[in-house]
Amino acid sequence: MIDVMKHESLKITNLHVAVEGKPILHGVNLEIRRGETHALMGPNGSGKSTLGFAVAGHPKYEVTEGTIELCGETINDWSPDKRARQGVFMAFQRPMAIPGVKMADFLRHATTNVRRPDRKEGEDLIPMREFRKELRGKMEQLKMDMEFARRYVNDGFSGGEMKRAEILQLAMLMPKFAILDETDSGLDADAVRLASESIAQIGGDEMGILIITHHDKLLEHNTPDYTHVMLGGRIVETAGKELAEELHSQGYDRVRADYPEAAEAELGVRS
Amino acid sequence: MATDSIATIGEINKYDFRTETKAVFKARKGIDAEIVRQISDMKDEPEWMLKFRLRSLEIFESKPMPRWGGAIDLDFQNIYYYLKPTDGQGRTWDEVPEEIKETFDRLGIPQAEKKYLAGVKAQFESEVVYGSLQEDLGKKGVIFTDTDTAVREHPELLREYFAKIISPDDNKFAALNSAVWSGGSFIYVPKGVKIEFPLQAYFRINAENMGQFERTLIIVDEGAEVHYVEGCTAPMYTTESLHSAVVEIIVKKHARCRYTTIQNWANNIYNLVTKRAMAYEGALMEWIDGNLGSKLTMKYPAVYMMEPGARGEILSIAFSSAGQHQDAGAKVVHCAPDTSSRIVSKSISKNGGRSSYRGLCKVMKGATNSRSSVVCDALILDSESRSDTYPYIEVDEADVSIGHEASVSRIGEEQMFYLTSRGLTEPEASTMIVNGFIEPLIKELPMEYAVEMNRLIELQMEGSVG
Ligand SMILES: Nc1ncnc2c1ncn2[C@@H]1O[C@H](COP(=O)(O)OP(=O)(O)OP(=O)(O)O)[C@@H](O)[C@H]1O
Ligand SMILES: [Mg+2]
Repeated sequence: MIDVMKHESLKITNLHVAVEGKPILHGVNLEIRRGETHALMGPNGSGKSTLGFAVAGHPKYEVTEGTIELCGETINDWSPDKRARQGVFMAFQRPMAIPGVKMADFLRHATTNVRRPDRKEGEDLIPMREFRKELRGKMEQLKMDMEFARRYVNDGFSGGEMKRAEILQLAMLMPKFAILDETDSGLDADAVRLASESIAQIGGDEMGILIITHHDKLLEHNTPDYTHVMLGGRIVETAGKELAEELHSQGYDRVRADYPEAAEAELGVRS
Repeated sequence: MATDSIATIGEINKYDFRTETKAVFKARKGIDAEIVRQISDMKDEPEWMLKFRLRSLEIFESKPMPRWGGAIDLDFQNIYYYLKPTDGQGRTWDEVPEEIKETFDRLGIPQAEKKYLAGVKAQFESEVVYGSLQEDLGKKGVIFTDTDTAVREHPELLREYFAKIISPDDNKFAALNSAVWSGGSFIYVPKGVKIEFPLQAYFRINAENMGQFERTLIIVDEGAEVHYVEGCTAPMYTTESLHSAVVEIIVKKHARCRYTTIQNWANNIYNLVTKRAMAYEGALMEWIDGNLGSKLTMKYPAVYMMEPGARGEILSIAFSSAGQHQDAGAKVVHCAPDTSSRIVSKSISKNGGRSSYRGLCKVMKGATNSRSSVVCDALILDSESRSDTYPYIEVDEADVSIGHEASVSRIGEEQMFYLTSRGLTEPEASTMIVNGFIEPLIKELPMEYAVEMNRLIELQMEGSVG
């Protein structure tokens, strides 16, 4: 990997996020460099998805304090589409259905915009033939039927199909930084293995990846350089891959005991 | 599906241009018996038509304004009821006065004619200024002419069918049309003749304070088929104009008729139209009604299923933006056993626009084993906009099956975020969602019209139409 890329990072500093006036994140710090794989774990409701939404720029997730920097630039005020065009991607825990819009049309549009960040609305899209060829190749790799491209975005997709479609988007958009929010949930055993391999392959050594997961399967081919634990809206602990293994086998009791303050915040949010 | 919108930026004002013309004759403003006589006189009409007009004028004057639908704030005396733009009708575009020909050129009519139409009528103000029909169709006995010419040349057909489906008593605007009608299409398709390509009429209002009152009559004889398409545009003025048409259709035994409208009037035009078809044994009548323009549209295409096995289908799309009210819908009336109907309506409201679905499903006593399904979906793009549904169901027969579904949704923040987080701008994302919303209807249209409809919706999304 070229040296310059290594210095490119997604840097989150003291991030506080509120949803509809309710504080959820209370000062998250996290830096992901390109080429690194990070695992983010934490109990249900601890704020993992919230962090993803805030980074991707969901208007409902209000940053009340702190910064999100992309390759040195603060992006707090950027629109979601600008973030996407500059290399941020989030695979949704629960993808949205867009009835009537074909996967292929949506993807061609998204891919064009992301590859040509300065594209003005109305300028040509990637030529159809070229796009189809590329799409077909990527779908074959993911063992997806071409029929999928003609279906409406996430409309009537099974849980597993939705997650595969998210990985397909990752493969087409090739972001600098990807947050994969429980991309393993809903997948059967074979599909998880395939997803794990595919993500490793897509990510290569140029993508910074944050994998949010409750399981260990996705991490099989994506060995985390760092594992973070989120509790009560804070990252309370960061270590190597052994932390992921520990949490996976033993749960969060130890973490809660070690960080009583965060554990209390967790209860605060829940009530 | 293309969601690009600026690709069409050069066309943003495509419809909003005025043509300098010298009218051959322009009646004075306002309406009274003298104006009605003048119109009839200009057209050299038979006595029965003049009488019909004068009687209709009385009905118009005696009827109150409708108290439902949209707000109509019109000064009937501030409108020109008849404007004759040229002498005679061109058989080739070269015979059409240069500036009018240019108007239709800019609207792309001659090009479409060459590519995929079987015949064209172009109406400018009150008269049809150009007409064509493929030669072989003429030889097969197909008649496609303006209704004025039909009165002169096909009196037997006119006397039999004219105003038989929509009488002047039907409503105030049908009466007005009956009094001052001019232009419109007359089509007769003989038994067993199936016209492969569409016949298209194009209506253009150019002058200010204009009233356009075309009158269309279509007769599809037994086993015959036709697809008729109409498009409507006008430049924008600050004062109101009126378009009030009457369309009557007879679809005989086992015949099929499809009538497609792409209505894109400027936002100063009241579009108050009565459209009705009668379908006989085993016949199929389809209305495809796209309403994108106008200040207020009140239009409810109807199918009366007169004999067993008749079918009626109405697909309608309405888009209303700032200053617009689309009060559109459909009527199906089952008068015989084993008849079936389907209504699919989709409306989109944006920037304070208002869309209403108003529909009637009526099953008469004895229309056993009839089926009807109504689906109407509304999409509201912002909190200033509005959508209402007024379904009327009247069933006098027990042995029937009637389904009615309605939904109203707002473009969800979550859908918008999903798309924008993949690099689509907000306008691109909302255009994509809207296109997806109407996709089930669009895909039932022939390709050229599907493309046209999508393009118009995109222009509406940019707020640049009208
Ligand atoms: N849009 C929202 N509206 C209301 N509350 C929200 C919203 N998003 C998140 N929250 C709340 O914020 C807290 C954190 O939620 P979040 O989805 O980030 O948790 P998570 O760590 O991803 O959990 P899980 O492992 O179950 O996916 C929860 O209490 C949740 O209810
Ligand atoms: Mg989550």
